[in-house]
Order: sequence, then structure tokens, then C-alpha cells
Amino acid sequence: MGLFGKLSGWLSSIFGKKHVRIGIYGPPNAGKTTLANRIAMDWAGEIVGEVSEIPHETRKVQKKDRVVIRDGKASLTLDLIDTPGIATKIDYHDFLEFGIDEEDAKQRAKEATEGVIEAIKWLDNVDGVILLMDSTKNPFTQVNITIFGNLEARELPFIIAANKIDMNGSPATLQSAFPQHEVVPISALEGINMDLFYEAILKTFGKKGR
Amino acid sequence: MEIKVNFISQEKLNGFSTDEKLEFILKEVEKGQILVLERGLKAEEQTKLIEMTMNDVNEKFTGIEMESYIEEKPTFLQKLLGKNSARMTIVGPAGTLKTIYKDKDVIQAVIVGKKK
Repeated sequence: MGLFGKLSGWLSSIFGKKHVRIGIYGPPNAGKTTLANRIAMDWAGEIVGEVSEIPHETRKVQKKDRVVIRDGKASLTLDLIDTPGIATKIDYHDFLEFGIDEEDAKQRAKEATEGVIEAIKWLDNVDGVILLMDSTKNPFTQVNITIFGNLEARELPFIIAANKIDMNGSPATLQSAFPQHEVVPISALEGINMDLFYEAILKTFGKKGR
Repeated sequence: MEIKVNFISQEKLNGFSTDEKLEFILKEVEKGQILVLERGLKAEEQTKLIEMTMNDVNEKFTGIEMESYIEEKPTFLQKLLGKNSARMTIVGPAGTLKTIYKDKDVIQAVIVGKKK
């Protein structure tokens, strides 16, 4: 690390971080791009990517740099990384149910596998993570458990956001699955509880001493 | 149809490096085997296994079904001793092993055999 890097790390540890790269991680269809769009729209007036009900719509990492979040005097600049959904299996037949023709479904499956690999590699390049889970589903999925375990092992700061509370989701179930972490119940689509969520971002990622 | 389930001891896997261990697991799963690992995979190993699986996914091999429990945060002493805190892991081909229920301490899975 150069002199500037050391100085910057030292200043961050005293005054807290001001600029961080944050990855949004989770299983397919948890609403990662919807959340990225919500954050980017709220603070920068632009969206990050297209959303769809078809799983693996995001098959490449999408970025939105320099999104500045403010709360009173506190502010934090985020480089947002919207990652493809992580999965342990990808079957092109699943895409046929959405009316996609076979050729395109196969291509989509291939791109989705590449997207999973890219998302995992990006874990080495983020300062913190928003782990987005679907509160309408069982929280104990292997993808949730694996990402959670990785974040703990890497000692990366992270927020668990329980999305889709507008669809009768159960953030309480999710909270009981991960009792040692704060879970922020949100609806990225409807913009519910986003104030709480931005507070958690400032508190978790702008923290001193990281 | 008979389906083999292999219970792999901690001692067997301890003899492998991480890469060798994951290659062994993936090779067995791609052959259609279901493995129960006495000492489970650590979260970083699970991620690496997912990465390796994605490299191998094709029209016939659609991936893996893997189940493990939430890994407890290692204690200071475990960290100091480099002890693996991971609990048991079950891994098999996605088309054969299917999880039907899971909570903090229970994993219910079914093995789907193809009719002859």
C-alpha cells in the first residue's frame, strides 16, 4: 500500500468512510435490480438495469458509480454493484415456461452460469454487501446460507434486507433465521421502509474503524 | 432404481487440498452420486464449488443441490487453531436430490430415481 493509501485508511478509521463500493447479492428474483434501481432513482435520478419476472434477467454485473446518500450532515458515496443472482443449478427448461424459445433459453442459461461466476468473483472487490432476501420465501436456502457464511468469513460489513414485504412477506421469519444480524424489512418495488434502509446503509458502511 | 449415497468421512477429505476436495466432489456428483460429507464444506468452499459447477453446467448436467446448516461464527479459539466449524453437507445432482424442507436444524430431502 502506498503512502496515500495508508493515509486514506488512517483517515477513514478516524472519520468514517465516505466512498465505498457496495455489492447487492442474493438469489435470482429476490429483487436486486429493483433495489438498485430504487437506490439510484432516489439519489441519482437514473435506473441501473431492466427488471423482469423471468429468473436470471441480470446476467452481467451492472454498475452505478457515485450515488451519494445523505441524512442530515452525514453522507456516503456508493459505487453500486448490481450482481446476477447466485444459483447452484441452471436448467434451460425453466426458461421455456416463460415462453422463451429453446435456442434463446439455452443461450440465457449459458449467460446465467457466467453471471453466477462473475458475481462470486466480485466478492473480492467490494467493501460491503447488501444481502437481499425474498421475505415471501424460506430464508434457509443454500444460496442465502452460502453468501451469509462468506460475508461472515470475509468479515465484510453487510446488511440483510428482507424484500417484498408488500407481498405478505415475513421479515420476522427471516430475522429469526439470522438472529445475530439486523434485518431491514423493505419493499424495493413500492419504496416501503427505504428511510430505514438508507439509515442502515450509512450506519453500516460509513462506520469508523473498518 | 437403486441410487447410491456415499457417506464421506472427515479423514478422507482431510487428505485432500481444497481444490482436490472440490474436484473429487464435483466429479462424483456429475457421475450421479449423492455425497454426505461428515465434516461439511466451509462457506468459501461452497462458493468455490458453485463456481466450478457453473463452469460445468450444460444441457445434461444442470448443476448441484447442496444443503448445509448455517455456519456458526468461529470462536476466537477455533480461529486460532484454524478449526473448521462447518457442519455436515449433503451434495448431489440437481435432478436427483431435491430439498423439500429446511430450517435451522433440519434438512428434509428426497432422492428422485428415474424409472427404468
